Amino acid sequence: MSKAAELAALIGSQTALSNRNLIINGAMQVAQRGTSFSSAANDTYVVDRFRGKRNGMDNLVYDLSQSSTSPDGFGNSIKLDVTTAETSSADNEYLKIDTKIEAQNVQHLKYGTSSAEQITMSFWVRSSTTGTYAIEMYTEDSNKQITNTYTVNSANTWEYKSVTFVGDTGGSINNDNGTGFLISWFLSVPSNYKTGDSTSWRTYNADGRGYGQTADVASTTGEFYITGVQLEVGETATPFEHRSYGDELARCQRYYQTILNATPLYNYRQTGNSVAKTFTYINEMRATPSFTLTRNSTIFGTVNTGAGTDGLEIFGASTTATALFIYQSGTDVSAAVTATVIGDAEL
Amino acid sequence: MITQAKWIKQYDENYVPVGDNVGIKATIDGTEMSVPLDPANRHYAEILRQVAAGELTIADAD
Repeated sequence: MSKAAELAALIGSQTALSNRNLIINGAMQVAQRGTSFSSAANDTYVVDRFRGKRNGMDNLVYDLSQSSTSPDGFGNSIKLDVTTAETSSADNEYLKIDTKIEAQNVQHLKYGTSSAEQITMSFWVRSSTTGTYAIEMYTEDSNKQITNTYTVNSANTWEYKSVTFVGDTGGSINNDNGTGFLISWFLSVPSNYKTGDSTSWRTYNADGRGYGQTADVASTTGEFYITGVQLEVGETATPFEHRSYGDELARCQRYYQTILNATPLYNYRQTGNSVAKTFTYINEMRATPSFTLTRNSTIFGTVNTGAGTDGLEIFGASTTATALFIYQSGTDVSAAVTATVIGDAEL
Repeated sequence: MITQAKWIKQYDENYVPVGDNVGIKATIDGTEMSVPLDPANRHYAEILRQVAAGELTIADAD
């Protein structure tokens, strides 16, 4: 086939040549929360949009990090390093890496109609544990699931994988800012998660979450890496759609952003004991965020540290802006602090 | 994991509570966070779920 014919075939089989990757931060470039988490807690976002999650497994200890170990053409990956293995995995105990896609971003998949689109997931993986691994797609609005598997053939070697999922004609996805897809790469699956055949769309049942999986990363010390994650319409995986760091950061900030970073705030009061600053976020957030507030220092004046969170409080937040109160005490008419404000609107 | 929750009220300039509850101060995975009363916020949704299940009580504002 000529190059022109190959291109024509490619165009004909896909819906878009750009913006086709439904995954945000698939190259694991953006890590706003930090780059290394030793003995990582459950639900740790190791890079933006990607989370390490476990259920149970009281022996298991692992580190999560944004790694520079990566296949050609990529600068980063997620690394999950099991430092203490799980000695006895019981029912319902699992380990996985997951990400979520906002529902209004997948309306073109036409789920819940007879025209529901096939989608293909591709990624690079490297693991010290060979064997078959399960990927679960879960649609929250219709409470349905489907799984597929891939095989790591060689230990500690980067391998490119792709799996295709048929569209769900029977379950729709709401056109809103909730969760459209929860996508889980299972690393360890209990035996009671492997009994239900979930290879076609069906109502969610935990018995099929890891159907077909044989590999168990948690059962021995070792490493698992993943990067280059792409989810696209169609039955064929296309080359990874690289986006700039700035593009990915902006997409990630819809879900998490450091709004103020030890930023000086100068305040003057005319009456009373508190003043407020109003500020807008870097990007509009998916929902009104939860806030983590830190008063890094007091530059001058007297802050009432017994009020709010160490003298700070959020009021009137929306998806675009909020007010930050600074509680003062004493007779000073002015005060200045440095503050860090983080907004979290993850799915 | 949400271990503590307390209502946040709107306060006047002298830190006197006025009006309705405007948020929840919660300890989430060991970090104190200000959670808005937005059902689309995952922390608020989880607080509502735990309260309904009898697993969590939201304390009155100071």
